[in-house]
Amino acid sequence: MRVELRADSFEPYQALQDYQEQLTTGQYGATSVFVGSMRDFNEGDDVKKMWLEHYPGMTEKHLQAISDEALQKWDLQDIFLVHRVGEINPGDPIVLVATWSAHRAAAFDATRYLMEELKSRAPFWKKEQLNSSSRWVDKNTPG
Amino acid sequence: MSSPTIQVRFFASLREQLGVGEVELSSETINTVADVWSQVTHSAKMPVNTLMAVNMEYVDLAHPVSQGDEVAFFPPVTGG
Repeated sequence: MRVELRADSFEPYQALQDYQEQLTTGQYGATSVFVGSMRDFNEGDDVKKMWLEHYPGMTEKHLQAISDEALQKWDLQDIFLVHRVGEINPGDPIVLVATWSAHRAAAFDATRYLMEELKSRAPFWKKEQLNSSSRWVDKNTPG
Repeated sequence: MSSPTIQVRFFASLREQLGVGEVELSSETINTVADVWSQVTHSAKMPVNTLMAVNMEYVDLAHPVSQGDEVAFFPPVTGG
């Protein structure tokens, strides 16, 4: 299992391929991948840039805890989770969650669980830069 | 010997509203998270939905605080 925060832009499919190279092929029959990227609109406004703040230490601790929970709940071969912090541009990937399991149900369900728990528990905060002002995002949109 | 202290941190919109990111408090008159908030903000009204943590674990206002603890306040999280 690996949990990573990245301060600069990353390519999720390359990261996924690199990570998967160290897994034992033949052990997993299902890989589930979620990639979340930045939109250029929110609540009816154009968004030019975003700043993603976090709580160093607590963020990593809770991402790790959420991943440990998923490993307890489902029979998974592995989990790989990457989340951006810092300045983000529209189109940039923000989050990658990947899980590997013998059969598809565990991978699908665990990926969803990881994303939902991350969104409600991991201390990250988004600040959007609009055309001539900025604002903090005050809540998540329903999944 | 230096006096016992508590480290207090604010994040995101709360940090901007209060104009402070990090402050150290003397722990002598502090028993709970609520005491920390009152002392640092001079009893300002806490925004609805404020979250709080002691040593990076979520807690509520009644949670005890002791010297050496790190206490944090922040708005609802919006990652992912």
